[in-house]
Amino acid sequence: MTTALSILNSSLYEGLAFGLVAIGVYMTFRVLDFPDLSVDGTFPLGAAVAAVLITTGVNPHLATLAALASGLLAGFTTGILNTKLRISALLSGILVMVALYSINLRIMGRPNISLIREVTIFDWASNFLGLSGLSLSIVVAGVAALVVFLMLNWFLRTDIGLALRATGDNEHMVRGLGVDTDKTVLLGCALGNGLVALAGALVAQNQGNADINMGSGMIVMGLASVIIGEGIFRPKGISWVLVACFGGAFVYRLFMTLALYTTFLRASDLKLITAALVIIALAIPYLRKRIRHEWIPPATRW
Amino acid sequence: MDTTGDKMVNLAMQDHNILELLRVSKTFARGTVDEVKALNCVSLTMAPGDFITVIGSNGAGKSTLLNIIAGLFPPDNGGRVVIAGEDVTNLLGYKRASYVGRVWQQPDMGTAGKLSIEENLSLALLRGKPRGFKIALNRERRRFFRTRLASLGLGLEDRLGVPAHTLSGGQRQALALIMATISNPAILLLDEHTATLDPKTARTVLSITDEIITREKMTAVMVTHNMEVALRYGNRLIMMHRGRVILDIAEEQKKGLSVTSLLRAFERAAGEEFTDDSVLLSSEL
Repeated sequence: MTTALSILNSSLYEGLAFGLVAIGVYMTFRVLDFPDLSVDGTFPLGAAVAAVLITTGVNPHLATLAALASGLLAGFTTGILNTKLRISALLSGILVMVALYSINLRIMGRPNISLIREVTIFDWASNFLGLSGLSLSIVVAGVAALVVFLMLNWFLRTDIGLALRATGDNEHMVRGLGVDTDKTVLLGCALGNGLVALAGALVAQNQGNADINMGSGMIVMGLASVIIGEGIFRPKGISWVLVACFGGAFVYRLFMTLALYTTFLRASDLKLITAALVIIALAIPYLRKRIRHEWIPPATRW
Repeated sequence: MDTTGDKMVNLAMQDHNILELLRVSKTFARGTVDEVKALNCVSLTMAPGDFITVIGSNGAGKSTLLNIIAGLFPPDNGGRVVIAGEDVTNLLGYKRASYVGRVWQQPDMGTAGKLSIEENLSLALLRGKPRGFKIALNRERRRFFRTRLASLGLGLEDRLGVPAHTLSGGQRQALALIMATISNPAILLLDEHTATLDPKTARTVLSITDEIITREKMTAVMVTHNMEVALRYGNRLIMMHRGRVILDIAEEQKKGLSVTSLLRAFERAAGEEFTDDSVLLSSEL
């Protein structure tokens, strides 16, 4: 019973923290229709920036905000490659992801930075709230998640937010209404990657270290969470979409934890399972059309 | 009826013309074997409230004309585009938006399918204006949208929250029409906007179009492949051929014209035999 509760609790924390990644992925993939793979690099970027600043004695709140800013900048770069140099969205993301690997190592100076002896925002909140362990993690991640939820729930309903959402839907029309869609794409890419970097900074501080490889597979994980969330919640309207991202991340993490309790699966198998999950989810609409003998457009390659 | 493109420049070029195209040419793929002169020194003036219907065969330059007015690309050197007294020749792309509203042939081009009707209208309301951090939808806007949609008589005013992709082709074109006109751009461009609709729906959308243009006193250019439509609507008809305006028919003359006499006039103006496959004009509605 206690293990069941602790599994639920740890999934809850992870659902909140990685829900931020899911929302970041949602922003680019779904809102902008921009398959942005730079996420694999911006997650460790956020962790690296926060870890380095904290170890040099910077206030952990400032360090976390700096991590968010670094993600905004990285996403902005991906957007620039696509809108100003007309490199395909997919390749723009891959280029930034690859570049970030070297940049992250430069920032950290070594592949791993421990934060065990440093004062993180979790330690600060612990003093403040008198909590510890998993409940502390849940509260801190929950506050971050709530703030992001409230801000995006507002932003996506504003006139600018509407223009951003329409950009991924019918860019041609939005330009015809006087919107510089290059700018909305840049904004969306920056926001999405900013959130992912924020998640990286939180996770690094919670687990007590930043690692150069902690972003690997992050994009597929985020996508899996989005797909699960959409499948379970069938969200209509912005608020529910955002909730579905957190919910999807929670369910995804729960499944992954449970999978480890089986005898035949190892921790290292989880990425394979995640990939399989995404493949199945993406293939279903196509297979359904095959079965119904509907018209199927040619495969897209970008 | 013998007005040619060059003579058409109004002698008294008044300031209050809505549109002035001055010696506008457009050459594509210049200097290659594929070089095409899509527009050949076209000059055209539109007074406020003018509703021009444009006909002409494929390749006559109708789309290029609309694209030049909409600012998709600039005319060749020397040509000028003046809208509402302002030289907008070099104001291209999204920067031209506040001057020009447009409805395209495909219903899915004029609306954002995933967004709701009211969200689409909110986007259109701020045509060409800076967009800020105010919540897009409020009671005041919704009330305004509802009255606008109610005038269509399609029942859309009760479906403000419905995603646009769930609407039928005709409903979507009607919504696109409202979106193109709601912020009162100087010119409305209609690019064969009923071509993909079934005949009955096309008639409905056309009469809605006419209603809106009359009520809002819009200045409009409508491209059509249908000669009867071209004759029935608008106060002026121009016929294009090989990048030139070869006929410009004013309201009084237009009233008495039939499809047959229009075809004869075209033959005379084009100065060549009018073979069936050289033009794709249908006379049925």
